[in-house]
Parts: sequence; C-alpha cells; structure tokens
Amino acid sequence: MAGISRDEVAHLARLARIEMSDSELDHLATQLDSILVAVASVQEVAQADVSPTSHPLPLTNVTREDVVRPSLSSEEALSGAPAQVEDRFKVPQILGEE
Amino acid sequence: MTNIHSTAAQMSDALSAGTITSVELTEQHLDQITKVDKQVHAFLHVDRENALAQARDVDAKRKSGQKLSALAGVPLALKDVLAQKGVPTTCGSKMLEGWRPPYDSTVVAKLKQAGVVILGKTNMDEFAMGSSTENSAYGPTHNPWDLTRIPGGSGGGSAAALASFEAPLAIGTDTGGSIRQPAAVTGTVGVKPTYGAVSRYGLVAFSSSLDQAGPCARTVLDTALLHEVIAGYDQMDSTSINAPVPQVVAAAKKLDVKGLKIGVVKELSGQGYQSGVLQRFNEALDELVKAGAEIVEVSCPNFEYALAAYYLIAPSEASSNLARFDSMRYGLRVGDDGKASAEEVMNLTRHEGFGAEVKRRIILGTYALSSGYYDAYYGSAQKVRTLLIRDYQAAFAKADVLVSPTCPTTAFKLGENVDNPVAMYLNDIATIPVNMAGIGAMSLPCGLAPEDGLPVGFQIMSPAMKDDLMYQVGGTLEAALVNKWGKTLLSDIPVLAGK
Repeated sequence: MAGISRDEVAHLARLARIEMSDSELDHLATQLDSILVAVASVQEVAQADVSPTSHPLPLTNVTREDVVRPSLSSEEALSGAPAQVEDRFKVPQILGEE
Repeated sequence: MTNIHSTAAQMSDALSAGTITSVELTEQHLDQITKVDKQVHAFLHVDRENALAQARDVDAKRKSGQKLSALAGVPLALKDVLAQKGVPTTCGSKMLEGWRPPYDSTVVAKLKQAGVVILGKTNMDEFAMGSSTENSAYGPTHNPWDLTRIPGGSGGGSAAALASFEAPLAIGTDTGGSIRQPAAVTGTVGVKPTYGAVSRYGLVAFSSSLDQAGPCARTVLDTALLHEVIAGYDQMDSTSINAPVPQVVAAAKKLDVKGLKIGVVKELSGQGYQSGVLQRFNEALDELVKAGAEIVEVSCPNFEYALAAYYLIAPSEASSNLARFDSMRYGLRVGDDGKASAEEVMNLTRHEGFGAEVKRRIILGTYALSSGYYDAYYGSAQKVRTLLIRDYQAAFAKADVLVSPTCPTTAFKLGENVDNPVAMYLNDIATIPVNMAGIGAMSLPCGLAPEDGLPVGFQIMSPAMKDDLMYQVGGTLEAALVNKWGKTLLSDIPVLAGK
C-alpha cells in the first residue's frame, strides 16, 4: 500500500471544505498513513461472495402519512442563525462579483 | 436516609413515601456538583434554575395526588449531544458554542414526560469521537477514582457524574463503546440498547448506522428503570423499531440465571488484555456458574477485523453527517467580512470550529468514500460487517448471551494516547463488534484490578431486541458480586475533597 502524500491530504481537505495549514497537512499525512496501514486488513476477508451490510436493520423506504403537523416557527428556525435578514438565513456571496 | 449515595430506585421509593422532596434531592445533587465538579469537570452546563423548576413541578403534582412514573423527581445528567430546547448543546465542540436548540430530542421529551429532573449537560469527546473526553473543546473530564486518569469516552462526563455522586442517572450515546467503556473505567453501569430501540431524533449524528442512546447509572436496576423511560417506537426516527420494549425492569429483578448458556468470546480475552482485567473477568464467570449458568466457549473469528472496519465505516458516515456544519444556518461562522465567498467562509469556519480528531476522521472518511478507494476501503468494511453479523448468529446459536471484558485495560493516564490515534482506537476492540451488528450490550463493574486498584468492566451482549437477557444476567451477577464483597464497588471510591 503506497503511503498518502501531503498533496493528497490537501485535496481531501478541499473536498471536505476544511482550510488546513501546511503543518496540519504534514502531521495529518503521517497519521493517516499509520491509520490506513491499521485498517487495510479489511481487504483480507472481503471476498467477492460476501454481500455488504450498510445498516443493521433490514428496513427500506420507511414512510408516514403526509399530514400537516405543528412545526418550528420561522423565528425558532432562525434562532441559531449566524446572520439573518427579513426572515431568511443570510449567507455570504455564493457567486463571484463579476 | 436518602442522600446522593442512594440508588435511583431508593430515591424513587423515598419520594413516593414522602420522606424527601424532589427539590431537596435536586439541591443535594446541585450542591455536590458545586463542591466537586471543579475537580471532575463532568458538566459543561449546569441548569440549576430549570432543574429546580422541574423538581418543584413534580413535587406539586405528587402533593395533588397525581399518579407519577417511577423516576419522577429523580435527577439526571444528560450527555451534551442530545438537543434540549433552550439549553446550550455543544457536542463538546467550538462549532456549536452558544447554540440553543429550538426543540427537544425524543429522549429529552420522554424524560420530561416522566418527570425526570435534568441537572445539566455533560462533557464528551467532540461530536462523540474519542475514548477519553480529551477531544472535548472545553477540556477533559477527570476520572473520580484517580483524577490523573481518563474517565473513558466519549461519554466520560456522564460516567464521571455518576461515580462522583453528582447524579444517580445519566444518558449516554454509544457508537463504538461510548457508553460502555466510560462505565467500565469508572465502576458504573452503562447500557447500549439494541440499535433502533431508543429514538435518535435530536441526537446529533456521528455515524447514523451505529449511534444509539442508552441509560447509565450505578446499578443494573437503575439502568433498567431509565431504559423503560427512554425506549420505544418513534415516528420521528425512520430507524426506530416498531415493537414492544422488552421487560427490562422485571428482568433486572429476576436474580436467576439457572439454565442460561453464557458464551465466552474466545477472541475478546487473552492476548493484549491486562492481567488484572482477565482475573476479575474470570472470577465473575465463577459467580455466574455458582448461580446456575452454564459457560460455553464461542469463537467469532472475524472480530479481529471489526476495529479496522469500524474505523472506515464510522469516519465515512461522519464525513457525510458533519457536512451540515457549514456555517449557514446555525453554529459558528468565521471570516464573513462581506467579501469572502460562502465556500471560503465554510473552509475557515470548519478549520476553526473542528478539533484535531474530528478533522482526522472527516479526512479519513472522505478518503474511504472517494472514487478509486471506495471498494477497497468502505466497500470491504461493509462486507466485514456482514461477516461480524454471521459470527454473532453462530455464537447466539450456542449461547443465550455472550460475555467479555468491556475494555482491554483499566483507565489510562490523561495525555497518554493523545497523539497516537491507533493506540487510542484499540480501547474499543471489545465494544465495537456490538455496534457493527446492531445488538444490545451492557457493562457492569466486576471488581478492581489488583495491580492498580482501578475498576474493571464486564460486558454482556444479547441478541437484537432481547435486551432483557443482558439485564437478567447483569442483575444476577451484580447481586452475587455485592454479596461476595459485602459492599458495592463504588463504596471504595476515594472521597473527593472538593475545592
């Protein structure tokens, strides 16, 4: 198993939307290496004829009747918002200025 | 005389008999928190006013002759991963500092309905990721047996609150052992019910296919009483089991294991386990034999891959679940200067809001799920999960319950494994298979290890939706051990001086 490079960790951090300093990336690359060595053993027993399990309960498509029920007021829903304007969540700009 | 050292069942009796009021009982516990929590740091938030208001309400109802549930008026400590309306809920993270949920989790709603008095929120590893509470953004909790040692994790705050008599009852959550390992290292009792037995609505998600809330206390009967309060079908959780709750209180009171087959899992004892842990575990087995149980050895050959599979599945699910902390709707927002884009603000917020272990797991999960690695890592781990379930099926065909030590060692020193994630993860080797299969398990104390005088946990695993079996065996073992010792384990805990 090839080790994980600092560039790869930087790519993963971008995918995960986490800013990371150079020293954080270096430290994490070393640690991920040792973790990946420790977890690679799953490949030894994962034979093609074994079906995967994603969940302990054999449930599919649990639904309920579509009825109107009491819910949070907009004031309650916005109570934890970092910023709000006119009963809405206010977010930083999503599109570029140009 | 009812006091903070009484069991929840005794407190319940005294409240019913009118020899103490809930306000008096709640004040006793708040006083103990004031006295010792500077040393223990079990609580992130003490909710004095609300607790006393709840207690007054229960006392008034009792006075007016209303019929109350068994635990009405008894105080409880709540792990800070469960939403409680209007009360700070941080998950041990800077990301949620100051957040007050606008709704109650189902567990909290059921506690309030039953009149249980919620004293406050307990410390935990950030987003329940850890085995020592050292990953809390608000500083670690200390083990009341030895303040230089870890109280376990992630629910170290709940377990330490019980062991330091700050609360007789607590709620924990268990994704890979976060109820049972803290119970083991603090000499208390912790139960992870069958997956789906207790609603996850309002439980901040770490790994959705593994997370399960459960009861913690100082006796098996007290955990059973709390289990019956919080368990049951909930339409708000699509993975909630729509079936009657097993009769766990009756099972805890049975005190009889004649004819039961108890399977010792070969792979979960022996090499890598501290000698005093194995000694106390084997002595507990002797007590079960004396009580009429039959001991059989069972083998679960795939358990050696459980830890590896867990550390792929849990981070994978976490990397997805924690994407919700995007600084848009609640929680921390960093770098919003009017010029930065939403994505830049998100990156900066998650950089500052998450601690090292959470970042490590998100990155690991992102890797395991990324194209090119998915089959080798996440896909293989899911196959191991199937093999673990098969191992349990074969084992439960030979035994009614399975047993093992809860943890390979007693409590280690704070700081010992902080920067060695692989060593830290090994703590969960005996608890993780349970979550992977979705079955129920309990840890109860079985003595102090001779070499260090620290508590040892005994784990009992029962098949899915047969949680009553672990309570039956746990209740019987506890009674036999207390009878043998002539006292409870916690009667030997050092008295905290308070400061």
